Amino acid sequence: MPLVEVRRLVKEFPARGGWLSGRPPVRAVDDVSFAIEAGETFGLVGESGCGKTTTGRCLLRLVEPTSGEILFGGTDVLALSGRELRKARRNFQIVFQDPYSSLNPRMRAGAIVEEPLAIHKIGSPGERKARVGELFELVGLDPADAAKYPHEFSGGQRQRIGVARALALEPSFIVADEPVSALDVSIQAQVVNLLLDLQKRLGLTYLFIAHDLRLVRQICNRTAVMYRGRLIEVAAADRIFTAPAHPYTKALLSAIPHLKPGDRLERIPFPAANFRPLPLREINAGHFAAV
Amino acid sequence: MTSSSDRPLLRVENLRTVFPLADGREAAAVDGISFSIGRGETLGLVGESGSGKSVAALSIMRLVLPPGRIAAGRVELDGRNLLDLAEPEMRRVRGRRIGFVFQEPMVALNPVYTIGYQIAETLKVHGLARGDNARRRALELLQAVRIPDPERRAREYPHQMSGGLRQRAMIALAIAAEPELLIADEPTTALDVTVQAEILDLLREMRRAFSLSLLLITHDLAVVAEMADRVAVMYTGRIVEKARADVLFADPAHPYTRGLLTSIPSGESGARLQAIPGNVPGLGQAPAGCAFAPRCRERFDPCTTTRPELIPVGLDHTACCLLHDPAHALRATATEGRR
Repeated sequence: MPLVEVRRLVKEFPARGGWLSGRPPVRAVDDVSFAIEAGETFGLVGESGCGKTTTGRCLLRLVEPTSGEILFGGTDVLALSGRELRKARRNFQIVFQDPYSSLNPRMRAGAIVEEPLAIHKIGSPGERKARVGELFELVGLDPADAAKYPHEFSGGQRQRIGVARALALEPSFIVADEPVSALDVSIQAQVVNLLLDLQKRLGLTYLFIAHDLRLVRQICNRTAVMYRGRLIEVAAADRIFTAPAHPYTKALLSAIPHLKPGDRLERIPFPAANFRPLPLREINAGHFAAV
Repeated sequence: MTSSSDRPLLRVENLRTVFPLADGREAAAVDGISFSIGRGETLGLVGESGSGKSVAALSIMRLVLPPGRIAAGRVELDGRNLLDLAEPEMRRVRGRRIGFVFQEPMVALNPVYTIGYQIAETLKVHGLARGDNARRRALELLQAVRIPDPERRAREYPHQMSGGLRQRAMIALAIAAEPELLIADEPTTALDVTVQAEILDLLREMRRAFSLSLLLITHDLAVVAEMADRVAVMYTGRIVEKARADVLFADPAHPYTRGLLTSIPSGESGARLQAIPGNVPGLGQAPAGCAFAPRCRERFDPCTTTRPELIPVGLDHTACCLLHDPAHALRATATEGRR
């Protein structure tokens, strides 16, 4: 059984101007289904506005889906309410994109990491302090820095604080929403390596939302490509890159700048008007495409 | 005196821009950089945040805001030192001879005027066209940057456009007065990869059509690989390596350049990323000796005490690293041997 299974997920937002405008609601997520195996890193790629962030937030019920099912270890989290939902939430956490705005600037780093423990009333204050120290070490921060405020840390260190906080409740599943795209290249690699190490040590499962296709290829087991709220291709990460089937995936790959001067590939355009919302079908073992 | 044809269009020499620190000392955000750009040439100025690359661009345009100030150096445009010009004269250089494209067009474009008006106004200010002529020329420019339906778009305000269209409008505005040099600071950083590809194509096309020289400032080596003829890599306010683009990517000489190149995901499935350890030091916090030494895998004894200078390491290729300094390289090998 997969750890996380998403079935026919739909999220609609009211159209600009509200229902009085007469415009139909916007489908940010349109009939999305996928499953993530335990211990896997599942990539979700696409350009801004494609619905990848909304999908990630629906999984954690940070955004309430319009319809569909989200099974977590077989339990439909959309059917949970109140105390059950709070309890289930310990198992899935999120690391946000922007380490500058996602940490409360008035809280000390230690308190930020401790907060989930306090909310879930786990341990005595003394035990929580000790746990915060462990978490700091786990993510490569100096426990002595727990008394500092977020602005006293660099971007990479701040993202480590975000990771430590996400790990505080010992979740099994983490949604990493563009966790390194706000960081400098040399720091990105540090944080990605940290996430990979933690996955190995703690047996974590990741939904890795990103627009950096090279990074996704390198760290994800499988990848889904999203366009206009729909999944248009799902396959082993390597396969997406070596044998893309959907014209949009091909266009996306052809737009990646190459690292060899003078070695520029022909760009493949994908005019939005060509898009047809087709269902995914298996075109090869484990390779699905909406073609 | 050299003729204007073999003289570089832009020559920056020992440019130094300083900012006061809280403790009263001054720190150099740009610390004595030199480079030149030939006519029609593209120079990629690469660095991470805090490297000083954007302050360098602002210094060239003399747009550094106080309390920051240009403390030393020369910025020669076609042989004339811009740092000597009176402000009204400098204003005629900005836009007219040097065009700018910024990362965030929402900041650079005026939100209360239509795109068409802003372009026409630029033409008027520089005395190039007015009235109906200016309006017609604005439409031509919007067409040149491939904005669909230019008549309608000319009447729109910046907030009504998508990020990609805004960046096109910004480029139209930047080239309106037909400058010789275009300075583009992270022109595609805020854009999606397919839109980035379109904007890079457009910049290439404009470069050819208007014989522009381009100073392309970016953190993204892949963008540099696509666009630049030559590359200068900056770290803590200094240029640490300069080379032709193909040489820099094939044979990087500075450990920092090598680190930047290897920290880009290779796309090889399952491989660990090669990170550069540590962080870029903040303004005024660079250590003595080589500023990169604390993060450098190849450092040896003198690196923490001796400040390296740019020295030739190949044809039209310089690097700021003691590994390449014959006086120190012997000791480096000796240290290696002892390990």
